[in-house]
Amino acid sequence: MSQKITNYPGHEITHEDQKERRYLDIEYKFVPRYSWAAGVAISRFLDELKEGRIIARKCNQCERILVPPRMYCEQCYRPTDQWVQIKDTGTVNTFSISHVGTDARRLKTPILVAVVDLDGASPGMGILHNLGEVEPSNIRIGMKVQAVWKQPSERQGAITDIRYFKPLEA
Amino acid sequence: MKRRVAIIGAGITLFRRRMLESPKELSFEASRMALDAAGLTLKDIQSVVSGSAPDAFDGVHMKGEYYLDGMGAIGKPHQRVYVGGGTGVFTPIGGWWNVASGMYDTCLCVAEEKMSPLHPHPQYAFWSIFDQILERPLGTTLLWIFSLEMRRYMHKYGIKEEEIAEVAVKNKGNAIDHPCAQLGAKITVDDVMNSEPICSPVKRLDVSPPSDGAAAVVLASERVAKKLTDEPVWLDGVGWTLDTTHWTNRDLAYPEYVEKAAKMAYKMAGIKNPRKEIDIAEPYDPFDYKELHHLEGLQLAGKGEAPKMTVDGVTQRDGDLPVCPSGGLLGVGNPIAAAGMMKICELFWQLRGEAGKRQVKKDARTGVAQAWGDLMQVGTVTVMRR
Repeated sequence: MSQKITNYPGHEITHEDQKERRYLDIEYKFVPRYSWAAGVAISRFLDELKEGRIIARKCNQCERILVPPRMYCEQCYRPTDQWVQIKDTGTVNTFSISHVGTDARRLKTPILVAVVDLDGASPGMGILHNLGEVEPSNIRIGMKVQAVWKQPSERQGAITDIRYFKPLEA
Repeated sequence: MKRRVAIIGAGITLFRRRMLESPKELSFEASRMALDAAGLTLKDIQSVVSGSAPDAFDGVHMKGEYYLDGMGAIGKPHQRVYVGGGTGVFTPIGGWWNVASGMYDTCLCVAEEKMSPLHPHPQYAFWSIFDQILERPLGTTLLWIFSLEMRRYMHKYGIKEEEIAEVAVKNKGNAIDHPCAQLGAKITVDDVMNSEPICSPVKRLDVSPPSDGAAAVVLASERVAKKLTDEPVWLDGVGWTLDTTHWTNRDLAYPEYVEKAAKMAYKMAGIKNPRKEIDIAEPYDPFDYKELHHLEGLQLAGKGEAPKMTVDGVTQRDGDLPVCPSGGLLGVGNPIAAAGMMKICELFWQLRGEAGKRQVKKDARTGVAQAWGDLMQVGTVTVMRR
């Protein structure tokens, strides 16, 4: 702050204030429900996941093969041209070992997360997913990985139809 | 024909994990301080630009309409800008449009954030910024994206965690001298390295805290500014760009959207060699590696070279390029939109030589503030001069 100012406004509520309930706290819970249409591109992508396949879209102008697929190329700003089957193998672009869940609560078993650049898509086209069947200390950037799919009967047309990616070689 | 725009007053509240004041009250306090500093009252203000990040923190939808009266915006042209973490620096950019365009001669810019209402933790709000079909089912947290980016950055340039930790040590140390700071502390690199692993490689002391707080500035046209003060701080360059939400398709080692925003702001301010012409910087530092990442995007360090600059002491308050002399988000706190505005306030006070114990050693004439936000996609940049 400016040295000309001597008094900074605001009153802190400390953790102790909260515990002792020294202030009025009005609680409210909001439980909305949504039902999303997945869109043209992602609906097809999810249908293919259900079949154990990963599909991308190609833009013939910039020649990029895009995954997740989109019906328009955001760079050329024109419709994309064709569906392209890509592989369920790829390379770990980066990874993390997460000790926290979505609400920052600590997890007993850490989640292994990675951006996996998929083979057959343009370089650097990665998706977010989990890693499995690997010791956290053995994960490396550049490691080749392959999707481990749910059983066909268990698949729902969701990103979680891929359980995780595992290292290709031991 | 665009007009020159000055900042003529700044105000800020305490930044704390949880504040008693409501969003309206926090906004009022910061605004009143900024108006007092400018020697104005609300009736002298012609327009208001406000900033606040996710509505999900407060559980108040369309917060811009809710907090409006605390922002001094009743019956005035008001706009809310909203680009996640980039909001705080985007707020004065929005004000700049109001004044530079010739529409108004005075504009109050206020940024407010209360993260504390959301339970059990404000982090939970970030779950819903991820793709609802392809990413949320994986159990995302915003910490993932930071740890993934930090790891990629370290990998690409061979950077060590210890080098990155130096930023946390510097910023938390600087914050000791900030009267509003939440987490000013003297810590060591070992403290950072030994802190709880949250989302490896991110550890607890690599991260800024959730906070409540508000900050504000008053903008004026050149004509009005010169009447009111002998020490205007000019908002000479503004820049902002966004990339797509397809963050997993992006080079995570380098923030291109920051580079584009910076180049836009530098061009407007006539800056050709940022490293030589910028005296002081307040890049966005919600995580320690982010300060380094952003220094590179701001063209103040070569790619992968910001860590060395930090280890060498260049970015200390008495260094050649003081960076986050305020204490940054890591030290002062991170009430999202207010944190970006805190950086604008800091440059205002630094450039006027009013920063007291935090005053940088060199004679700073030109500064740059920057904020970042959303899914690794927003860059907002301002160049300020005295």
